[in-house]
Amino acid sequence: MVKKRLFKRLTPALAITLSLGLLVSGCGATGAQSQNTAPSQASGDTIKVGILHSLSGTMAISEVSVKDAELMAIDEINASGGVLGKKVVPVIEDGASDWPTFAEKAKKLLQQDKVATIFGCWTSASRKAVLPVVEENNGLLWYPVQYEGLESSKNIVYTGAEPTEQIVPAVSWLLKNRGKDFYLLGSDYVFPRTANKIIKAQLKAEGGNLVGEEYTPLGHTDYSTIINKIKAAKPKVIFNTLNGDSNVAFFKQLRDAGITSKDITVMSVSVAEEEIRGIGAENMAGDLAVWNYFQTTNTPENKAFVEKYKAKYGNKRVTDDPIEAGYFGVYLWAEAVKKAGTTDVDKVREALKTGIEYKAPEGLVKIEPENQHTWKTVRIGEVQPDGMFKEIWSSGQPIKPNPYLKGLDWAKGL
Amino acid sequence: MDTLLLQIFNGLSVSSILLLIALGLAITFGLMKVINMAHGELIMIGAYVAYVTQLFFIKYVSKEFFSFYFIVAIPLAFVVSALVGLLLENVLIRFLYGRPLDSLLATWGVSLILQQLARNIFGAPNVDVVSPSWLNGGLRITAGLQLPYKRLFIIAMVVFCIAGVYFFFYHTANGRKIRAVMQNREMAACLGIPTRKVDAYTFAFGSGLAGIAGCTLSLLGSIGPSLGTYYIVDAFMVVVLGGVGRLIGTVAGALSIGILNTALEFGTTATIGKVLVFSIVIAFLQWRPLGLFAIRSRALD
Repeated sequence: MVKKRLFKRLTPALAITLSLGLLVSGCGATGAQSQNTAPSQASGDTIKVGILHSLSGTMAISEVSVKDAELMAIDEINASGGVLGKKVVPVIEDGASDWPTFAEKAKKLLQQDKVATIFGCWTSASRKAVLPVVEENNGLLWYPVQYEGLESSKNIVYTGAEPTEQIVPAVSWLLKNRGKDFYLLGSDYVFPRTANKIIKAQLKAEGGNLVGEEYTPLGHTDYSTIINKIKAAKPKVIFNTLNGDSNVAFFKQLRDAGITSKDITVMSVSVAEEEIRGIGAENMAGDLAVWNYFQTTNTPENKAFVEKYKAKYGNKRVTDDPIEAGYFGVYLWAEAVKKAGTTDVDKVREALKTGIEYKAPEGLVKIEPENQHTWKTVRIGEVQPDGMFKEIWSSGQPIKPNPYLKGLDWAKGL
Repeated sequence: MDTLLLQIFNGLSVSSILLLIALGLAITFGLMKVINMAHGELIMIGAYVAYVTQLFFIKYVSKEFFSFYFIVAIPLAFVVSALVGLLLENVLIRFLYGRPLDSLLATWGVSLILQQLARNIFGAPNVDVVSPSWLNGGLRITAGLQLPYKRLFIIAMVVFCIAGVYFFFYHTANGRKIRAVMQNREMAACLGIPTRKVDAYTFAFGSGLAGIAGCTLSLLGSIGPSLGTYYIVDAFMVVVLGGVGRLIGTVAGALSIGILNTALEFGTTATIGKVLVFSIVIAFLQWRPLGLFAIRSRALD
């Protein structure tokens, strides 16, 4: 009896949730369709590509702009005649900052939409979720964000930095210029944990000193206790691998606790111009970040890129490293398809092996045939009061990608 | 020594934040028994009110008065969230009184809609609220001990809110009506109290408190469409631990979770600390299912 009554009470509620669910997914579908300028049937004169980023949830702060940059590249390619004479049509999906959703949407893109390639992901957790899907369906994912390395899938092209193109040179530079005592702070998932494993090995080998290590869940907002621990540990450097909204809370609260960039240097690897807008430049001025590209990077290609991006999305928008990597990833794919003469994934991969290059805003980038990673220049920048970076060190030339840290003695046990 | 003192202060500070976010819920859930999953989004609305007020001040008010935007934003956040709460009560909640499961699902749907609405209006990326200059920095007690003004302000804000709620409930005619309706609806109705009206205003009042919480939280972290989702679980935990229906219980719940959380986080890590807090709360509720302060009632429900 009781059960039946409960069921009766639940039915209208269920109906409400279901209809709400329909409403929400309905909105999502119309949103995606309005982006499609051409009919979505896989006809002879279009090429469908997938775009898979978090457009909602904690990672939306970062990923929405990467999506915008990828769409801009697609528009530009279409305006100059498309690829192989065909128009490129994006199919946009929302990963919703939720890793299983990423896998599900990747499957949908590959099996249902039959896209030629996917541009997408940000967090390593989302990439690791998509990886088995693209391998199983022989898809091709263009991944635009710096990451922790120790991976090389034939179904992924990595246009962001791996550790030897970002973290490893940054740690060496900090040891030389800012001090030996490191405090490692990161979000609790695969990238910060693996990155810190590498940093710890490097600190040991190069004479650094680990005074503390702390992880917080994604979306964590109260850093008072951790800042107190940092105060007690007295580090010279905080190596920050926090991702998403947590950065805002951390930097605001660090400044309120009376710690300035003069007391402790904070080196971030996931905070770029886009995130600084949310954190507030006044809370980060004087701190450092290491990337391969800044909006202020001085190349003619970058000048044109920044102008186009602002013209398209508004003067208040900024460009940053993953935005740029997402942008030139689309061009590298187009180059590879042109060379292969087809969008067939195996043939495109063959073309990638011949060494595809492109004059990107950050300078010349090229795909390393050995591991499908990208040759990139390393840059360390200091945050200025206007939220832009001033480059204070650069590797001067693109570095050969080495995701498994081969040839580094201290990295053997990783 | 400094570390220990600062840690005690942090415990109080976290408690005050928890109390602020749970206070509105203590009324809508605690008194009215509505499982309001959209409480977090009412907090988010309050935070965006702070953002909009700031934009307004930048555009139309001269620079010297900019720092006062926050003083304007707090009552404004209360009013806006309360109005949204009133609307919500009128079109949805009032059909769901006494049906906790249904209200849980329906308000969860509302929370999704409000999040998407915020995303459409303000965009998915987070927005930055510049804290008023008089709240930057901190009170320096010794060389190694600095108490941030923002956290002191939040503690003061909570004391003010609690005092306000207490005064409202126990020393005004309207507060008395609310308590009468919540304790014995039929009897109150017989005595001529318009229970429908009281329900609506009570829900709006609780929602308004959520707005104040959101406005205040903009001092500490980021403002984004998903802001509310970070706080909703904590808010419910505080009210349930404290004992549903008692204001003093909510205060005690916030204090115990806040202090426990910071102490455990200091001893272990942020993740383990949180796990331990949850385990302790669950174990405690096994032992005393009604929470720290249970209502002893003769009602047969």
